[in-house]
Amino acid sequence: MSTGFLFQALVFMGASIVLVPIAKKIGLSSVLGYLVAGILIGPFVLGFVGENGQDIMHASEFGVVMMLFLIGLELNPRKFWEMRKAILGLGGLQVAGTTVLLFISFLLMKWQWEMALAVALAFSMSSTAIVLQTLKEKNISRTIAGEASFSVLLFQDIAVIPILALLPLLGTPHAGAETHASLFSEQPAWIQAISVFVVVGLILLIGKFLVVPFLRFVSKSQMRELFVAAALFIVVGVAALMQAVGLSPALGTFLAGMVLANTEFRHELESDIEPFKGLLLGLFFVSVGATIDFDQIMSDPATIALLVVLVLVLKFIVLIITGKLFKMSSDQNLIFSFGLSQVGEFAFVLLSFSSQINLLDAVWNAKLMAVVAITMASTPLVLLLNEKLIEPYFGVKTKGEEQEESDTIDTQHKVIIAGFGHFGSTVGRFLRANGIKATILDNDSDRVDLLRRMGFEVYFGDATRVDLLEAAGASEAAILIAAIDPPELNHLLVETAKKKYPNLRIFARARNRYDAYDLMDMHVEHIYRETLDTAVRLGVDAMVKLGFRKYTATRQGQKFIHYDEQSLEKLSKNRHNVKEYALSVREQVQWQEQILQNDLFLAKEETDISWDSEHLRQVVTQNDPKK
Amino acid sequence: MLPEKNKVLVLFTHPLLERSRANRLILKSYSDREDVTFHDLYERYPDFNIDVEYEKELLLQHEMIIWHHPFYWYSCPPLLKQWIDMVLEVGWAYGPGGDALEGKSILQTITVGGGVQAYQESGHNRFTIREFLRPFEQTANLCKMNYFPPFVIHGTHRLDKQGFADYATELGLFLDNWQDIQYQPNLYQHTYINDLLKKIATTK
Repeated sequence: MSTGFLFQALVFMGASIVLVPIAKKIGLSSVLGYLVAGILIGPFVLGFVGENGQDIMHASEFGVVMMLFLIGLELNPRKFWEMRKAILGLGGLQVAGTTVLLFISFLLMKWQWEMALAVALAFSMSSTAIVLQTLKEKNISRTIAGEASFSVLLFQDIAVIPILALLPLLGTPHAGAETHASLFSEQPAWIQAISVFVVVGLILLIGKFLVVPFLRFVSKSQMRELFVAAALFIVVGVAALMQAVGLSPALGTFLAGMVLANTEFRHELESDIEPFKGLLLGLFFVSVGATIDFDQIMSDPATIALLVVLVLVLKFIVLIITGKLFKMSSDQNLIFSFGLSQVGEFAFVLLSFSSQINLLDAVWNAKLMAVVAITMASTPLVLLLNEKLIEPYFGVKTKGEEQEESDTIDTQHKVIIAGFGHFGSTVGRFLRANGIKATILDNDSDRVDLLRRMGFEVYFGDATRVDLLEAAGASEAAILIAAIDPPELNHLLVETAKKKYPNLRIFARARNRYDAYDLMDMHVEHIYRETLDTAVRLGVDAMVKLGFRKYTATRQGQKFIHYDEQSLEKLSKNRHNVKEYALSVREQVQWQEQILQNDLFLAKEETDISWDSEHLRQVVTQNDPKK
Repeated sequence: MLPEKNKVLVLFTHPLLERSRANRLILKSYSDREDVTFHDLYERYPDFNIDVEYEKELLLQHEMIIWHHPFYWYSCPPLLKQWIDMVLEVGWAYGPGGDALEGKSILQTITVGGGVQAYQESGHNRFTIREFLRPFEQTANLCKMNYFPPFVIHGTHRLDKQGFADYATELGLFLDNWQDIQYQPNLYQHTYINDLLKKIATTK
């Protein structure tokens, strides 16, 4: 058994590793690479994967579940509310329009109306996995088309709830048909319908009041792997709960994600779930390829071809009209319409649910599943054709709109503050007072909790980790403020950030001169010693108390800071002549001496003769002819 | 707090007072006077970050304003210009509804290195002090204030201690009598207020 599993894993991974890079190399999306890999290893080409392709697909559907959790995390309720018009308008039109047109077509094909309606509803769904992955790869998620697609997909994700609640009313369940035994499937339809809403409410409540204290508790252990386990536990737990009542796990985790989007754990959860999602999603695409049932297609190629074309064309027409109504430009509308023309993974769920409640027989179920898989496989190809053949006619590149339209889903801030202790929080407060919002990362969960209650946007996590920086938006941020307290950790952060994000400007906190030297060696341009400005300010006030004019003392203080920063740079260069990296006490004294010697030159320097009336008087009266 | 009327506000600006013999001697005329608020702007705002609301409040509480500063490069030190830019807001000091300072009096007291003869058409500065002070005069005028002829201390490079003492006495005379001086019909005929003060001194 174990060899069987290892062999399977080998086949799936091997095929992906070979084919996905090839697909990328020749300019195709990775989704297509995965699908082709799946077809290749499937029962109809190489036959490495047999009947269990379906099982693997069900297992790897979990990648979609995780993806929706991540989407939920990206989309806090406020953002969601801002997008409500796009979601309801675009999504509502698309789902309603597609369902009606497909329903009429199916009736014309002499299907029973219950089945026609169930299938029309299932086919109105598009594939979140394929569309979002493709948009992200083409880097057009933030264009008008990208955002519109996202809105439609979101509406569909939500529409699954009422659809799942509606289907039992159409069907005639009888014993033995169900494959997923859900808690309520024995109950009358109306109880099932109510249970749907009860469970959704439950998830919102649990997410709000139980999960955050739970994560706080786990984070206190300071063990990374425990937190990963906790993150997986939440996702799997929600999915299991949803499955238990016969609901879409994807929708449940989307809601759970959205509930957690406003908590401090958002970025940590994101970076922990992300790799699992990526792997499982790849596996999902491979298994979609592997389950395309070529036998079914061969047995009735005409019907399947007709259905595929019918679905693609109808969906495209509805989408393009919707796009026009929402005043999308032609090139954006084409991407939007081609992009969403496939049938999505929710259709698998809806179709299998329909067959459980006897809306579909087994043969139709298999045929329709094949239709779904083919349309999914068609999308990367169709988009490629659009890009290469149709778009050039319109001559407009998608670039222009990107700048203006990035606000709606843009949750990333331009400034990241790592470390929110006394130093970082002062910087954060100052920036916030000036209307600059920063994404703040800190790994003290008690402090994070407190600051959040005070209205700061703080996230829990270890900022020196690349994945957390990525989740916090380091690749798009303009400035990283490295303000972690222990200098070693701060250096680690600076090193990581410099390597991974060469365009990110780093403003680093330095504990003292020696710390500043180390940062200079790392080529950090902006270095701020904790002790310099404050100490000089104290000195200035002391001077004033001794009777110096305040303006003079202030100018001397500013001069001193400027001079000290310059001398720091000079000394930093000399420092490498000193043999040891860490300075011994005796050497430190020597350094101190050199610094103090230089200070004397500063004091001797002539002060401001431009304002010096005495100086002026002397110059003038020397030339006085009377004297 | 209710504004105490008829009080004098001295807005003093000097970036390097510790090196100014002239001003250290002249400023003595302001000390120990109940009716004078001495406001040392460089001491108060070494970072040039002027508290506008506080400054406006001070202006409202006083009737007689004195801009006291050295005459640098035919003008004032930068902080006084900053003060003018920041405090004399539109809609408050001038422009529509801007009559907060209406009817107040203003005197400019300046210390000038050169003598009177240098500030003549034929002198090497080519213009008179009054010509150089036009922007200040018009600033006051726009704020509906009475701009008195300036109090000018000429030749500070060459003045000895007694010379400064005389100027200090003259300034003291102004502070004692400004409420009468403002109604003098010939006030504005004088180039410098010093001339009028000299007349008052002799009649007394």
